[in-house]
Amino acid sequence: MSDVLADVAQVSALIVALALVHRPLGDYMARVYSSKRHLRVERWMYRAVGADPDAEMRWPAYLRGVLAFSLVSVGLLYLLQRVQDKLPLSLGFKPIDPDQAFNTAASFVSNTNWQSYSGETAMSHLTQTAGLAVQNFVSAAVGMAVAIALVRGFARSRTGELGNFWADLVRGVVRILLPVCVVAAVVLVALGAIQNFAGIHTVTTLTGDDQHLTGGAVASQEAIKDLGTNGGGFYNANSSHPFENPDGASNLLEIFLLLVIPFSLPRTFGTLVGSVRQGYAIVAAMAGIWLAGVVAVTWLEFAHPGSASQLAGGAMEGKEQRFGEGGSSLFAVSTTMTSTGSVDSFHDSFQGLSGGVLLFGMMIGEIAPGGVGSGLYGVLLMAVVAVFLAGLMVGRTPEYLGKKLGSRQIKLAACYILITPALVLTGTAAAMATGNGQSSMTNTGAHGFSEVLYAYTSASNNNGSAFAGFGADTVYHNTALGLCMLLGRFLPMVFVLALAGSLAAQTPVPATAGTLRTDKPLFTGVLVATIAIVAGLTFFPALALGPLAEGLAV
Amino acid sequence: MNTSVRNTTRLLWGALRALLVLTVVTGILYPLAVTGIAQAAFHHKANGSAVKADGRDVGSKLIGQSWDVPGTERPDPKWFQPRPSHSSYDPLSTGSSQLGASDRKLEKAVREAKEQVAAFNDVPVSKVPADAVTGSASAVDPDISPAYARIQTARVARENHLSRAQVRKLVDQHTEGRDLGFLGESRVNVLELNLALRTVVKH
Repeated sequence: MSDVLADVAQVSALIVALALVHRPLGDYMARVYSSKRHLRVERWMYRAVGADPDAEMRWPAYLRGVLAFSLVSVGLLYLLQRVQDKLPLSLGFKPIDPDQAFNTAASFVSNTNWQSYSGETAMSHLTQTAGLAVQNFVSAAVGMAVAIALVRGFARSRTGELGNFWADLVRGVVRILLPVCVVAAVVLVALGAIQNFAGIHTVTTLTGDDQHLTGGAVASQEAIKDLGTNGGGFYNANSSHPFENPDGASNLLEIFLLLVIPFSLPRTFGTLVGSVRQGYAIVAAMAGIWLAGVVAVTWLEFAHPGSASQLAGGAMEGKEQRFGEGGSSLFAVSTTMTSTGSVDSFHDSFQGLSGGVLLFGMMIGEIAPGGVGSGLYGVLLMAVVAVFLAGLMVGRTPEYLGKKLGSRQIKLAACYILITPALVLTGTAAAMATGNGQSSMTNTGAHGFSEVLYAYTSASNNNGSAFAGFGADTVYHNTALGLCMLLGRFLPMVFVLALAGSLAAQTPVPATAGTLRTDKPLFTGVLVATIAIVAGLTFFPALALGPLAEGLAV
Repeated sequence: MNTSVRNTTRLLWGALRALLVLTVVTGILYPLAVTGIAQAAFHHKANGSAVKADGRDVGSKLIGQSWDVPGTERPDPKWFQPRPSHSSYDPLSTGSSQLGASDRKLEKAVREAKEQVAAFNDVPVSKVPADAVTGSASAVDPDISPAYARIQTARVARENHLSRAQVRKLVDQHTEGRDLGFLGESRVNVLELNLALRTVVKH
């Protein structure tokens, strides 16, 4: 089979698999979040927490739950890293330095999973499984909870109530993430990923060299790292490491895990608001942008216009032989357009323009399809803006799903949209102005600037992937990026929940002949255009200095 | 003021308990359950797919190794050679060069590697495939492309006093196609190929 044909088959297989589970998984998630019944294990957990899962919360209470849980998470994860040498399974590793421990705690709690450390030689088995992997689950569940709260805002009327945060959190973990992860982790082991609690052991190779082989609970962490769109690798090499991602089949499984919840949540949304077609309009916009990215990056990597790639005869620098250009490009686009950040190849060595596409995927706010939960609430906020713009064109008060979008709603949506660009651009500018950007570059010139821009984009959008040539482990960057991650995660949630509360309190307006139909292809087109225009206007100047300059110079 | 402090404290205490409960479930029970299943059902793979020779472990099928002349950093012509690795295949230092696709340093490294590989295998520079002159993502890539294996057969045959046909047959036997016919790339596992070569040389 030719390279191109095999790659088309690979992408098609992925799309078919995602399409097949879209409906059952989407409907299942809708049932999970609207069910009145509690499982026995959940009852036991609510008792331990001391929460009443049936108590409805208004948006400020829901937000307090989110923030309190996340604050405690940052604190505990910080502490765990600082005292890991005194705890079991330490492997003899030292405690993590304060700035890096803060960075890592902020990173995993905000679902970013930016890593300024190298996992195999820094984090103990206990820190990995009981600290980092736990946040992989719960930060994902928090994202889903906030998305569901926003959907309830659209679905409910004349109430301010958005559900119960603790129940949504626990159900997300117990009924959605855990069952899928157990199955996925076992399949990954069957394909070759490791799963043990052994330490480093040394073998003597046939040439008489010593080789130090590592152990660890890798498969269990890999599964949730991808399913929860987290991205923090057990190893520094992340999902390019053969113990995390042993072959072509595991590679496609991991890409599937990245995308499956974000692409199924629009169905959940459609079901909960009582019109699955509304969900289709959203998922079509997500899928269109994602597929365009896949085609662009795959084409660029196969064409490999970069001078060093031309010389080598292929874009294989920073890529594994078993994945090749096709499997690597598909993973790269899927990880940057969800908020994942795991990598099976190193984006720094991609073609200059490919790097630009990956950056743009993050800059559009990671909504195609975006992180678990964050993708859905992100795209719904863009839908609110799109409806508003369409309303301006015809001079009507805009309404979406029967809810009026007045000045309060638009202000909240506008604030949401402004946060990440503000963090990315001021973060990058501050790093460059203080010289901290330049001193952390591996590459020079336009590509060096791209490294800095990529780092702040990745952190503020809670992606976590990197142009890993960027030397991130300095006190300045650990602190600045840590703040970007926390603000980029939790400030938007404030506006999302405030918006949800204001929508849930409204009395619905009946649809008339003049109402914009948001369940039609036309609206999908308006939505995609809005997303492209908002991100383009915001980020074009910065992109021009980095990847565009590099790509055009070739 | 006092009530708000009390309420905040109660909220944080509840959040901490929630985190601890979820830590037990996802941080302890979940990895233990997966480890239990994995160790029972896929013992060999769960422990790193060890490869044995002469009754002892000599590495992992999944982790690449360097094949240098013992005690040096020169590639040993007796063996099939892997892709370049910036950490000399040390699994404690995984990752890649991070150099951009148009980077001057990378251009230089590729040009040098091309000449070195061509001279080492006595083939024209144009025959050297991309994977032979580029670093992998993990630095421990266990595989090479079938094309890279093929340009090494003449040299390996000569150094081991085997016929080219014998060595070419080994390469063919160890060429893995794409998984399920269309996933990823075809490849040759260097450790397994060299082990097979060793067996042939011994007999």
